[in-house]
Amino acid sequence: MENSPDSAPPLLEVRGISKSFGAVRALQEVDFTLGAGEIHALLGENGAGKSTLIKVVTGVFPRDAGVVRIGGEDIAPRSAKAAVAAGIATVYQEVNLLPNLSVAQNLFLDRQPMRLGIVREGEMRRRAKALLADFGLDIDVAAPLGSYSVAVQHVTAIARAVDLSARVLILDEPTASLDRHEVEILFGIMRQLAKRGIGIVFVSHFLDQVYEISDRITVLRNGRLVGERETASLPRLELIRMMLGRELAETTSERATASEHQARDVCASFEGYGKVGYVAPFNLELRHGEVVGLAGLLGSGRTETARLVFGAERADRGQARVEGAPVRLQSPRDGVRHGFGYCPEERKTDGIVAELTVRENIVLALQAKRGLHRPLSRRDQDEIARRYVKMLDIRPADPERPVGLLSGGNQQKVLLARWLATSPRLLVLDEPTRGIDVGAHAEIIRLIRELCDDGLSLLVISSELDEIVTYSDRVVVLRDRAHVEELAGEAIDVGNILAAIAADGAAVAHEAHA
Amino acid sequence: MTALLPRRGLAQILALIVILAVDRAVSPQFFDLRLQDGRLFGSLVDVLNRGTPVALLSLGMVLVIATRGIDLSVGAVMAISGAIAASLADTHGLPVVLSAALGAGLVCGLWNGFLVAVLGMQPIVATLILMVAGRGIAQLITEGRIVTFSSPDLVWLGNGSVLGLPVPVVIALGMLILTGAVVRGSALGLLIEATGGNARASELAGVGTRAMILSVYVWCGVCAALAGVIAAADIMGADANNAGLWLELDAILAVVIGGTSLFGGRFSLVLAVLGALIIQTMNTGILLSGYPPEFNLLVKAVVVLAVLLVQSPKLSGIAGLVTGLRRTKA
Repeated sequence: MENSPDSAPPLLEVRGISKSFGAVRALQEVDFTLGAGEIHALLGENGAGKSTLIKVVTGVFPRDAGVVRIGGEDIAPRSAKAAVAAGIATVYQEVNLLPNLSVAQNLFLDRQPMRLGIVREGEMRRRAKALLADFGLDIDVAAPLGSYSVAVQHVTAIARAVDLSARVLILDEPTASLDRHEVEILFGIMRQLAKRGIGIVFVSHFLDQVYEISDRITVLRNGRLVGERETASLPRLELIRMMLGRELAETTSERATASEHQARDVCASFEGYGKVGYVAPFNLELRHGEVVGLAGLLGSGRTETARLVFGAERADRGQARVEGAPVRLQSPRDGVRHGFGYCPEERKTDGIVAELTVRENIVLALQAKRGLHRPLSRRDQDEIARRYVKMLDIRPADPERPVGLLSGGNQQKVLLARWLATSPRLLVLDEPTRGIDVGAHAEIIRLIRELCDDGLSLLVISSELDEIVTYSDRVVVLRDRAHVEELAGEAIDVGNILAAIAADGAAVAHEAHA
Repeated sequence: MTALLPRRGLAQILALIVILAVDRAVSPQFFDLRLQDGRLFGSLVDVLNRGTPVALLSLGMVLVIATRGIDLSVGAVMAISGAIAASLADTHGLPVVLSAALGAGLVCGLWNGFLVAVLGMQPIVATLILMVAGRGIAQLITEGRIVTFSSPDLVWLGNGSVLGLPVPVVIALGMLILTGAVVRGSALGLLIEATGGNARASELAGVGTRAMILSVYVWCGVCAALAGVIAAADIMGADANNAGLWLELDAILAVVIGGTSLFGGRFSLVLAVLGALIIQTMNTGILLSGYPPEFNLLVKAVVVLAVLLVQSPKLSGIAGLVTGLRRTKA
C-alpha cells in the first residue's frame, strides 16, 4: 500500500455522514477514509448501512449531515452523473450496462467519438479494443455485451468507469456471481488499478476474498461505524465480532437444557437434505416445543436452508419426514399442507399483499390450505382477524385497513397471524425482528417463546446473536452454504457461535461448492 | 357480498348518468321504451343489447387483469367461436353448436393460460400470438367466406327475447351472476386478488398461483367464445375478418373504466360490466346525435380520460382534501 504522506489529504474523505429515511436512521455520523492506491473493504451485515453510504457518497441519496471530500475538496454530488464528474465511479453487483448494445457502444455510451454528427463506429471499436487490452481482455467489441459472461461484463463496467477518469472506484459485491478463476482475474485488475493510484472501495460478504485483496477494512453495523482496521492485523474472529456481536454480553440460553429436549417428539426431520449449488446436504431434526436457531453470516445459507425446509425451493437430495412419515416438499403448497409456515425475510416483496386488508392477509394461508371449495365465510374471516389482531396487539386494530399502511413491526405480526391461523406444527421465521422498532422487537421474541411453550416447533434465523442465544434450544451454525456446527444446551453462547462462524473451514467450503 | 358492488363505484355511476343525460339532450326519445310483440324497444334496450359482447368480454378480462395479466386474443377467439357456430348451425342442434363453440374458447383459454402460467411468458406477448393466429384459424374454418346460416335456434340467441328483454342481455346478466357467484361464492376472488397483488407472497402463503392464472385465462376464453356466438347469431353469419375486431381494446377499456388496475389486485365484476355499458352508451349516443361516427373515437377518448382522471390517486387526493374541508365546514 502506498500510504499518502500525512500532509496530503486522503483521496476520499467522508466525515460525519448521517442519513434518515423517515424515522429510520440508516446512517449515524459515519466516517470513511480511502487513500490513493488503496483497496478498502466496506463490510457489514444486511441493514448495516453499506449501500446507503455508497448511495450518499455517489449522490443517489441526499445526505442529512456530514461532508464528502475528494482530494481535500468538498463535493456534494446531486446525481450519479455528478459523482462520476467528481471522479467517483460505481460498479454494482447487477451490472448497470445495456446487454443489447455492443461492448464498444457500452464503453462509449454518451460519449461516442463523432464526426459531423455521425458516430465513428470504427474509431470507437479501435479505442474500445485498446481500452480493454489494458484490462487483459481480448474480445470482439462489436458483439453484444449480453453475449459475454458476467465476468467480462464486470470488467467492461470497470473499464468504462476507470476510463471516465475515475479516481475512486466503488465495487459493490463484484464477485457474487463469479467463479474462482474469474475472481482471480478481477483481483488482478483491481491490484493493477490500485498501482495506478486509484482508490478502490470493495463491498463483499466473502471474508476470504476480503482478506486476500484488501489493505484496510471498515465495518458498519446498524448504521454506525464500528471501526477501521488494517486487514493484516485484524484476526478473523475479531472481524466477525465487529460485524455481528454487540458487546458480547455473556447471554446464555434461557431455554430448557439439552437433556430435557431429547425427550421431545420429533416434528420434522431432514436427512442428507440439500440442493447442488444452493446448500450442502444437512441433517436437521426439529422437535415439538423447541426453537432451533440458524446462525451465520449473510450469504452463509441460512435463508436457503429455511426455503428448503418449507418447500419454497426443491431439494435434489435427501429425505424429509413429518412426524416420522416420509414426505415430498415440492412447493410452498406442500409445506403448508404438512403444517409448515414461513415468514420470509423480505416482508414487502415475499410476505404481505400490500393492497389487501389486514383481514385478507391474515386468512390468506388458511384459505389457501382449505382450498377453493371451502371458502371461509365473511363472519369466520372477521372472527379470525379480530382474534389475532387482539392476541398479537396489531395496531391500528382495524382489520379492514390495507396492510401496506401498517408499520414494519405490525406487518410482521400480520404475517405471524397468517401462519398461526393455519394451526401449524412448524414455523420458519427468517429475521423476524429485522427493521422493526424496539417495542415490537421484544414482543416478537416473547411470542416466539410462548408459541414454543404451546408445543410448536420453530426454526428461527437471526443476525442478532444475543437474540438467538436467548430463545434457542439448539443453534445450527452455517458457513459458506453448509451447516458446520450444531450447539445445544450449555454450549450455546455468542462466543461459541462466533468461533464456529470464524473457523477456517476451507475443506467444508470446497465440499459445499462441489 | 359487499365486494361485488364496492363504494368506489361512484365515479362510474356518475359518468354513466352524465353520458345518459347528454344522450337525452341530443336525442329526446332516448329514454322512450315501448312494448311491441312482447318485446321492449328503445335506445336503452339497444344500449344493453349492443353492449353485450363487450360486457361478456370484460367479465373474463377483469379476472385476467386482476392477476396482473391481459388477454389480447379475445377478439380473435370471438371470430373462431363465431365461425364454428355458423359452420355447424344448419347441420347440428344448438347443444352441439354451443358446446363446440364454447369448447373452442376453452381450448384457446387453456393455451393462453399455459403460455402465461406454465411457461411464464409475459401475458401481452403470449396472448398476442393467439390474437394474430386466431383470426387466421377463423378464416380457415370459414374458408375465407362469410358463412351465413338460418338455424332458428341460433338466430334466437341473437335476436329473440325473454320476458321482453333481448336474449343476449339475459345471457350477459346470467353470466355476470354466474361469474359473481363462482368468484365471490368460493375463495377464488380472494386468491385471485392476492395473486395479482403479490404473486410471490401468495405462492409462499400456499396459494396455487399457477392454477389461479390458468383458470382466469380459461374463463376469459369461454366468455369470449360466448360473445362470439352471440355476435354471429346477431348477424346470422360469421365474418372471420371483422367479428370482434378491436373489441379486446374495448374490453380492456371497460375493465379500466371499472376501476381495476392494470397492475392487478382488487377487481370488480359489476363495475367492469358498467364500464362496458358506459362505452356502449357513448357509442349509441353518438350514432343517435347524427354526428359522423368518426367523432365516436374522439368522444370516447375524452370520456375515458375524464373517468381515468377521476380515478387517479393524485387527483382523488386533492378531491378528498376538498370534500374533507367541506365536511369540516359543515
